[in-house]
Amino acid sequence: MKPPSRKNTEQRSPILNRVRSLRSSILASLGLALGLGLVLSACQSEQAAPNQNVEVFSWWTSGSEAAALEAVFDAYRTQYPETDIVNASIAGGGGSAARPVLQTRLVGGNPPDTWQTHHGAEVQNQYISPGFTESLHDLYVEEGWYDLFAADLVETISKDGEPHMVLINLHRSNILWYNKPLLAEHGVEVGKSLDYDELFVIADQLRSADIAPLCMGDAGIWANGIMFENTLVGVIGPARYQGLWDGSTKFNDADVKQAIATYGRLLDYLNSDHAALSWDQAVDKLIEGSCAFYSMGDWAYGELTQAGLVDNEDFGWVPHPGSEDAYILVTDGFTLAQGAPNPEAARNMLRVMGQRNVQQEFNLLKGSICARSDCDRSVFSPYLQWAMDSYTNTTSVPTVVHGSAAPADFRQALNDALTDYVVRRDEDAFAETLAREARMSGFGQ
Amino acid sequence: MPTRSVRQWLSRHKALIILVPSLLLTAIFVYGFIGTSFFYSLTNWRTLAVDLSLREPIWQTYADMMAMPRFQADLRNTVVFTVLFITLAIGIGLSLAILLDRQFKGRSFFRSAYLFPYALSFIVTGVVWRWLFNPETGVNLFLDLFGINKGLAALGMGPLKPGWTTDPEVVLSVNRVLAAVWPGGATFQIEWGIPVALIPVAIAATWQLSGFVMAMYLGGLAGIETSVRDAARIDGAGELRMYRSVIIPMLTPITISTAIILLHVSLKIFDLVFAMSGVGPGFATDVPAIFVFEMMFTAARYNLGTAASIVMLMASCLVIVPYLIHTFRSRE
Repeated sequence: MKPPSRKNTEQRSPILNRVRSLRSSILASLGLALGLGLVLSACQSEQAAPNQNVEVFSWWTSGSEAAALEAVFDAYRTQYPETDIVNASIAGGGGSAARPVLQTRLVGGNPPDTWQTHHGAEVQNQYISPGFTESLHDLYVEEGWYDLFAADLVETISKDGEPHMVLINLHRSNILWYNKPLLAEHGVEVGKSLDYDELFVIADQLRSADIAPLCMGDAGIWANGIMFENTLVGVIGPARYQGLWDGSTKFNDADVKQAIATYGRLLDYLNSDHAALSWDQAVDKLIEGSCAFYSMGDWAYGELTQAGLVDNEDFGWVPHPGSEDAYILVTDGFTLAQGAPNPEAARNMLRVMGQRNVQQEFNLLKGSICARSDCDRSVFSPYLQWAMDSYTNTTSVPTVVHGSAAPADFRQALNDALTDYVVRRDEDAFAETLAREARMSGFGQ
Repeated sequence: MPTRSVRQWLSRHKALIILVPSLLLTAIFVYGFIGTSFFYSLTNWRTLAVDLSLREPIWQTYADMMAMPRFQADLRNTVVFTVLFITLAIGIGLSLAILLDRQFKGRSFFRSAYLFPYALSFIVTGVVWRWLFNPETGVNLFLDLFGINKGLAALGMGPLKPGWTTDPEVVLSVNRVLAAVWPGGATFQIEWGIPVALIPVAIAATWQLSGFVMAMYLGGLAGIETSVRDAARIDGAGELRMYRSVIIPMLTPITISTAIILLHVSLKIFDLVFAMSGVGPGFATDVPAIFVFEMMFTAARYNLGTAASIVMLMASCLVIVPYLIHTFRSRE
């Protein structure tokens, strides 16, 4: 080995020097940036100190939903002007994108003060029993809510007789919406209800006129799940449907298979691009008249009115065929986090959400009815008045799609079985899969 | 003197001491967590409430998973997507590299232009290509614009309107062949073929990564000396013959490393598919990573989600381990 020549080292040294000076200037600028950051953050925390925050986590981001949520926030700001609201909404129908984020935050011990959820199995299994929520018994007593919310509904959100959630609205999931002028053009008039035979006759007529009879936007499969659930209740009736969750009805019983067959017939009438659309884009298709009927919950009503359409003129509705006696109930409500960063502000947020005028305001925009029983019927539109009436004289049943009827693993299993069935159309495989998954999920024994 | 021997020991094991922190971190955060995930996959944990009792029989979660039509479709999609994507990306990337290896004006512009998509996030690519392949508003409009559908109508045929990512069809199914060679093949619940909806996804992935392949090959081409080309020309090889018999064989090491890199992209792909088509009609575009995500975070079936991720890890190992062995051997 040859020792490095002196000349070489001499040549290298200016470069080394330059590298060294570069390094020190980088260090200096890093230090400066760090110092500046510290000063800035100090300023920020000083500014934030006098104000309290309340973080509200939801998946309300579409037009009518966001407007309704904003109405609640406005009411809160008037009553509690000293608190800032942090709106942590994550887009995605039915909370499909928000729930994973929430789950991670809860397990990681970083909960939002209050978050949106559904009654029944979802709030019970996912949030109450692992201990992520706090009892709201005191709040219910203070506000006199035990008399104002239906007792059987409060039971579905309670543990040891104490409610863990404030319900803000009730949706009906089993509605068949239709484009009234479009049907009139084709000489079709729909009465107070519709049965499957009538629907299929109309559907054939529309299809021969090159109109997609049924609207669907199942880019997220859950919209198709709504149609399945509605058909299931429509064919087997609310009593047998209730039995699915306590085990007196099995998913592979003959009448359930018949419901699956009817649902399969409905699938033949969908708009061709249904797999590329989201549920609300399918509402737009209904509005523009390229499809005629849409089996969807009444959150679609909010979209219809936001587009400036008028009840009973531009669009009409009937219960999904066969499900006249059933009210597939989808609720939204908010919880109080165990260890909420701002418990007092969160409690006040829930207090505001339960107020009569706030629920009225909220539900007018959202297209749903109040969870409280004392809202003023006369301020609501024709559809919502119809929904309020139908709530009192139907049997309310839970939904799988929105998590109230069964645990989360079964909801996923239903989505997967539907995705498979929509293409393969194997009724027996569908029924057997659901029966097996229900058994494995541990309900309906 | 003890201090001296300590100092000696320290200087002898300098490398080891420097490596220990990173070895420790890797042991915990990589191998430890792989072990934990594997353990979870053998338990009964399928709700948010933790249940770490072992399942009976112990491999039941894996057996259930393999019997799920959805997971079978995922495995099929991974194979089909990998083949389509790697063939297209290497084909297009190599062609671009050969074209841009020449001296002409603006060649650096073209190099950057083709490399640019590589800088985008897969989510952005997914959303853009989702719009492009929307059957009502995307590329199908060109079919009307160029009068193709008018022509077809004049011939008495229906309009051409591909469903792209919404098409549930599976073509070139080999189920019958499988069932003939292997008696277990008849129990498959899915069609083993090419899901049509997966083709647009492979095109989008190719669009994003063929620039990267081009850059790899450009590097390789720059390493081939002009004397090699001259020698081939003197021997009477035409341009085509020269590339086929001399240049491309010389690029084999580049092809292998590129294929390995693309392979691990395709085995782990999630974001592009999730943004572009989701699980697709009848799981036509579902991939194992989406399966893992949904089972873990929407179904809370932790045992099933971890089982699927262990299978994904095994699949990656099947590819990476032989490559690593090969690399180490050739280095020695």
